[in-house]
Parts: sequence; structure tokens; C-alpha cells
Amino acid sequence: MAIIGNPKYEERINDHIAKYETKRSAVMPLLYIAQEEYGWVNQDGINEVAQILNLDPTQVKSIAGFYTMYSEKPKGKYWLQVCTDLPCALQGADDFHSWLKEELGVEEGGVSADGMFTVEHVMCLAACDKAPMLQCNFRYVENLDQDKMRELLAKWRAEAVAEMNGRGQG
Amino acid sequence: MHILLRGRDIDNIKALAVYEEHDGFAGMKKALAMKPAEVIDVVKASGLRGRGGAGFPTGVKWSFIPQHEPVKFVTVNADESETGTFKDREIMEENPYQLIEGSLICAYAIQAKAVYIYLRGEFWDIGDQLDECIEALREKGYVGKNIMGSGYDCEVYTHLGAGAYICGEESALLNSLEGYLGQPRVRPPFPAQKGGGLYKEATVVNNVETLANVPFILNEGADAFKAIGTEQSAGNKVYCVSGHVKRPGNYELPMGTTFRELLYEHAGGPLHEDRPFKAMLPSGGSGPIVPLTDEVLDTPMSYEDCANIGTIIGSASIIVMDETVDMTWVASKVTKFFKHESCGKCTPCREGTYWLDKVIDRILDGRGSPDDVKRIADVAENMAGTTLCALGDFAANPIIHTIRHFPDDFAQHVQS
Repeated sequence: MAIIGNPKYEERINDHIAKYETKRSAVMPLLYIAQEEYGWVNQDGINEVAQILNLDPTQVKSIAGFYTMYSEKPKGKYWLQVCTDLPCALQGADDFHSWLKEELGVEEGGVSADGMFTVEHVMCLAACDKAPMLQCNFRYVENLDQDKMRELLAKWRAEAVAEMNGRGQG
Repeated sequence: MHILLRGRDIDNIKALAVYEEHDGFAGMKKALAMKPAEVIDVVKASGLRGRGGAGFPTGVKWSFIPQHEPVKFVTVNADESETGTFKDREIMEENPYQLIEGSLICAYAIQAKAVYIYLRGEFWDIGDQLDECIEALREKGYVGKNIMGSGYDCEVYTHLGAGAYICGEESALLNSLEGYLGQPRVRPPFPAQKGGGLYKEATVVNNVETLANVPFILNEGADAFKAIGTEQSAGNKVYCVSGHVKRPGNYELPMGTTFRELLYEHAGGPLHEDRPFKAMLPSGGSGPIVPLTDEVLDTPMSYEDCANIGTIIGSASIIVMDETVDMTWVASKVTKFFKHESCGKCTPCREGTYWLDKVIDRILDGRGSPDDVKRIADVAENMAGTTLCALGDFAANPIIHTIRHFPDDFAQHVQS
């Protein structure tokens, strides 16, 4: 699909454009929509956002590259961003982050062989009293330890399998 | 008594009906009965200072807005990204209407056309909640045309960032909101001036916690607010405590409370009884580190008293470290943060953070020399004061002050 002409996004795109004084201001919310549609910010998404806002694709691409929440390459189904900033690190976040990569067999920022997981470290997520913590597809998961994390990984894997089976039947 | 974290005292204050039952929009009602300039005078008289870190007097900031300009804006800085800071999150999650009411009072005081709440992208669920609040307020006539029958019109919008610490810097925030790279602007013109604010219009940029204080000030009066805290630091402050304490979390206490009371009585003292406190970053990664001596512990947490011990209270993101922590590692951690978050616009910050990180890595690896320690201090001193925004100074602080207070922590890595 695309975002232009897609009824799923039409109202949201118009609402975003309407709330600002200039069309250009809507570039960030529209990049989120492109990421939602394609799973990452690919060239098609950039071209469409540029077309909607009368911008040059290069201008849109520079915005996408500046901010860490726009992914410029495909990620695993579960994109895990572990905070390893100072307050979390004082509670063992560096060790937790290394352990998680080893547990999943992934390099920093890479995708696991089954396409399920990407692990990377990020800067402070404003959850310093609940360390170690991470965000999974931008949802906060706090007060973690290895046992709790193993349970979560099993749950996410089961969810993905259920989703695949559901698709097969549908 | 909580003025800000009222979600802890009042069940479900995030529901509009409950908020209204507990003085919700009483401050706004009083503001609307006054002339805009009188509202600014009340906030000035309260002594409220900016809670984002700089501590600038809020009413004075509002008074810089030229009244004759036809279009003005309020921008709420909800980009909460300073290492160790998690106070605005709790205010917005648990007491969202109070932030919106405070923003609307500010908007009325400067006669703004609209309020934009700039949230860090990770707070998208808080953004969704605020959008619902705004719609509920619109239905009841608190937002939109003819607010509470006053004839004053104002819109409120949310905007999500996408992961960039620099957007907490006010001019970078405005660029980001306009759809440009989040990089600081050359000033003057300042945001409060025509040409310097949002869409080149005069704009007030205030932190979440700052604005959340405003309904209380209007409803209870400037004197009631000024009665809390110290002479130069009025009101309560939300202190975010993290690191090696038993009970990390947010604590709302009067300004001027001592570090000792916060860290021992409220946060429970050292995490491990046999490991005493060594040091503290009182304002996240950006403020000067201080050793946790008795003198420091007995210092009142106010703008003026923290200056006396060579640091700042800033956003009050207090990161506590016990005696097991190597300050060279702390300098490295904080430097990596600023290296990642430098926007790349000014050469001293972009290149300085890169080289600092490289040399500290070398020192931590045991490949450094005593000259390397002098070198990073020298690089940091050359960065300070040479950049368009304060990030360059912030990035210099962790080096300069860790070396000053903890020279042995560095020496142990560079002596064979």
C-alpha cells in the first residue's frame, strides 16, 4: 500500500496539517505515519511525505535522519531499545543490555536470524527510577531482570506464532 | 502537600469532573476576570522561576512579549530528556488538566492564539491522553472559541518529537516544531521577540512543571505560593531521585529542603548500607557533579544555595552514586550521552564531544597517559561558552568537574 490515497490515514494526515500554521510543520507526524505503513522510513515513504507537504524528498530525508525514532532500515518485529544511560547503568543496565543481545544472538542494532528482534541501546527515556527498562516498539517495559525478560521474550514469540497461524487460517 | 503531583492525593484527578471538583479551572476563572497584564503581575509577584533548568523568573519572561503584536504563541516544553529527569512525565500522566489549565492561563496573559505542547516522541501515549483531555475541554468550553464566556479564543495542540535531547533547548524546539532540523537558532531575536519565536511570532516557551504551578498561583494568590520555599526560590519542586538510593522516584517538596532530608528521609538513604554515598549529579548530566560531603548534604535545594556549593539545582534530576562508582566511568557515560545528542551545528560541541569520548575510552582502557587527563580538561574548557546553546557547556561540565573533585579516579587509570 501507500500512505497517499490510503483511507486509513487520510483523516489523520489532514488533522495534522490543519493544526499548524505551515504545511512543513506536519513533516514529523507524517513521517510517523510513513513508518507505521512501511515498518520503517523507506524511500517510498519519504517521497510521499514530500509530495503531500510540497517539500523536496532530500529535506524530508534529512529530518528522518536527524531523529532516532525514525528507523532508516528494517527492524525486527520487536524493536527493543534498552536505556543504558547513567541512572539505568547504575542499576545494571549495561550488563542487562549485553545479556539480552547474547540471549537473542544479535549484534547491536541488527535483526535476529528469525526476524523477530532488534536490540539497541538508547539514551535516557525518563524512567530512571524503574531501571533496568526498555521500550519495545515504543512501549515502555520497566523494572526488568533476566527472568522477567525471558518470560516476555517467550510471550512475544508465542504472540508472533499465533499471529502467523491466524493468518494461515484467514 | 502536593501542588503538582496531586494524582498521589486525589483519586483519578485525571478525569475532568474530578479535576473540576478539586479547584480545577478556578485559577483560570480568576485569570479571565483580570486584565492580561494583571495576570502577569500575579505570576511575577509569586516568585515562580522556570523549572526546566534555567530558573528564569516566569512572570518576567511573560512580560517580554510585546502586547501590540497581533499573533503570539505559547509552547510547552514537554521534551523531558535530561538524564535522570522523569517529573514532567508523572505530572502529565497523573494530573494532565493542571498542565493544560496553566498553559491556558499563560496564553491568556500574553493573549496567545494557540498553545503547542511539544512532547518527546517516546511520550506518544501521554500525547494521546492529552489529546483526549483537550477534546473534553473543548466540549465544556475551556478550549476553543470564547473560553468560559470570556470572549478569549485559544486552541491547544500536541506535537510529538522523535528522539532528540537538543529539542529541549527552546530555539531547537521551535525549529523542530516548524519542521526543520532540531538545531538551536542564533539569538537575538529571542523567542519572546517578533522574528524569534514560533513561525517568527513572539512566543513563550515554558517547561511543564513551571506551567503546572500557575493554576495554584492564580487561585490561591501570589503570597500563598511565595510562602513556600526560600526567599529567592519560591514554591515546591519535584525532585527526581535515581541511582544508589533505596527508594528512587519523584518527591515533591518545598524548595530549600536539604539534600540530606531528600536523600535519607524520603529516598531511604544508600541502597547498600555498607556503601556510603560518594557523589551526586544534582541536575542530571548537564550540571556540575559534587562530592556528597556533610556540607553538601546540609545545603538547601534552592537556586541560590546550590550556587554556593558550585553546582545548580537545574531540573532537580538528582543522580546519586555510592563509593563503588568510578568517576572516570561517570565522565565517560555522560560524555557519550552528549556526543550522541550534539546536534552537529557548532564545531566545538560536535568535534569536542567526539574527541573527549575517544580519549576517555583510551584512559578507561588503560592506554591513556597523565597528559590525556590534562588534555580532556583542556578540550572541555575550550568548548565551554563557545556554542550557540548550552549543550556545549553541559558537555564540558562532566569532564571539568569530575577531574576537579575526583582526580584520583582518573589517576588510577593512567599510572602503571
